[in-house]
Amino acid sequence: MSNLALFPIVIPLIFAAILMLFPKKLHMQRTVAIAGVVTTLASALILFSKVNSDGVQAVTLGSWPAPFGISMVSDMFSVLLVLSSTIVTMFVLFYSIPTIGVKREQSFYYPAVLFLMTGVNGAFTTGDIFNLFVFIEVLLMASYALIVHGGEKPQLRESIKYLLVNIISSALFVSAVAYLYSVTGTLNMADLAVKIPQIEAVGILTVIAVLFLVVFGFKAAIFPLYFWLPGSYFAPPMAILALFGALLTKVGVYAIMRTYTLFFTMNTGFTHELLAIIAILTILAGCVGALAYFDVKKIIIYNIIIAVGVILFGISQMNAAGVEGSIFYLVHDMLIKAALFLLVGILTVIFGTSDLRKMGGLIKNYPVFGWTFLVAAFGLAGIPPLSGFPGKLLIVQGGFEGTHFWGSLVILATSLLVLLSVVRIFIYAFWGEPARIKTINRKHYLSMFVPTAILVALTVVLGAGAELFMPFISDAGEVLLNPSLYIDAVLKE
Amino acid sequence: MEIVMSVAIGLLFMAAVYLMLSKSLIRIIIGTGLLSHGAHLLLLTMGGLGGTAPPVVADGVSAAEYADPLPQALILTAIVISFAVTSFFLVLAYRAYQELGTDNMELLRGTEDYE
Repeated sequence: MSNLALFPIVIPLIFAAILMLFPKKLHMQRTVAIAGVVTTLASALILFSKVNSDGVQAVTLGSWPAPFGISMVSDMFSVLLVLSSTIVTMFVLFYSIPTIGVKREQSFYYPAVLFLMTGVNGAFTTGDIFNLFVFIEVLLMASYALIVHGGEKPQLRESIKYLLVNIISSALFVSAVAYLYSVTGTLNMADLAVKIPQIEAVGILTVIAVLFLVVFGFKAAIFPLYFWLPGSYFAPPMAILALFGALLTKVGVYAIMRTYTLFFTMNTGFTHELLAIIAILTILAGCVGALAYFDVKKIIIYNIIIAVGVILFGISQMNAAGVEGSIFYLVHDMLIKAALFLLVGILTVIFGTSDLRKMGGLIKNYPVFGWTFLVAAFGLAGIPPLSGFPGKLLIVQGGFEGTHFWGSLVILATSLLVLLSVVRIFIYAFWGEPARIKTINRKHYLSMFVPTAILVALTVVLGAGAELFMPFISDAGEVLLNPSLYIDAVLKE
Repeated sequence: MEIVMSVAIGLLFMAAVYLMLSKSLIRIIIGTGLLSHGAHLLLLTMGGLGGTAPPVVADGVSAAEYADPLPQALILTAIVISFAVTSFFLVLAYRAYQELGTDNMELLRGTEDYE
């Protein structure tokens, strides 16, 4: 039995603990933080190749037999997400060094980022439902610290709401776990997947499934529960916003995908139908917001909500195309959302405002930046050679193969609105009459632009080389569609 | 006994929801406290209230007499987490009161930085 699955969780934890010791030493903080993220990335890559060659990696902590200890399970799905979240954190870290400001850097900024990473990687890897709650609390606690970090007035005001919503959803999570425990008598996800089909009281399990949808829906910002996200994500600085936008809602999406494929499969006629309807409503609500605002941050924030809807629609179909599409789109969306937030962050630095109407004519001064932004925008909308295309294609195919062809039509139609919302940024900011811009140091600009451009290049590779990545995606999809693979790996003894 | 506990938990949730919908921030925080009390008691109740002996291995106690140890461990974990979050929330409320000069949630609406 190998402990490899734990490394992407333990390494950032250790580095974060070390970083707490010398908050004021700027160079040390930066060096150790980067070392931590790079080591985590290396361990995630090793884990990835291990899972790819040997199948699902399961560790039950403390050598207890499987349902009694806490299991950590790394299948292809979770390792792909661990890998992409680590990549995103690395680039956001590079971007935050020039932008976040010395004062913030000296008050435990890097430890908070690494603790966030611990929580995110842990939530993706865990095989125990209560342990999932604990890891979600770890990442939420780090995110509370980050959202209010710096203590400006809008941050204080918005973080109150963010905290309150998450406290409520955490209490609901505890209640949902309590109900599930009273029905099944176990907390291990693989064991739950074995026990739930044996229970005849489908009604109570359906109620619990919907309760879990509410709980994770709060985290993932699905249709009626997304109200907190636009305001809260507007407050923190751009590097933190990129981290949140790329990672936090995706943990909720991952949890829905995991629970709805692994154990809540007893009444798909109701639960997955509900999921499909909510997903479509989420997309529509996101589109309304993305088109309504003239604020670059708001536009991308509402695009997070749209992507959550698209991914959940794919998973609600429960067929190979839909599930694989969701996984591809989830990985793509983590990378592209981080890239777009970082690009928009450079825009706001250059213009000194995030209002589109005060921008214009940037293509003359920053042509490379402009075309990079256009590539990222097309990638988000899903123009064929780029990374948004294969995922969306599979999701739409899944919808047509399943019973929800109308959902696929909505996704196709709203892709145009997504394209419109981001191309609007391009038209306003890069074309037209040049607006007044701030003179920024060439070196400062490059230190922000280079990590962002590499991230955009990565998404292009993901899209153009989709053939290369598809075997991994279908591996991941196979585990989701055949829970027995997952169950056998955990309960093999 | 489980029925009585369920009703008590329901009342706690009701009071928590009522308090969290009020305007004053401190009442909201009290509401979150009641909410986590309710959730913890629910965890205890849903684990089953059977068992007469505390879950500590002792001589002369048969396995059936022990209370279920798992919900107790879960509650202990949930308690420290909600304690940490509540203390963070209280400090945040204090800072927000200092900086923004109000604890009325009605006045904390919207953001003046855009539109």
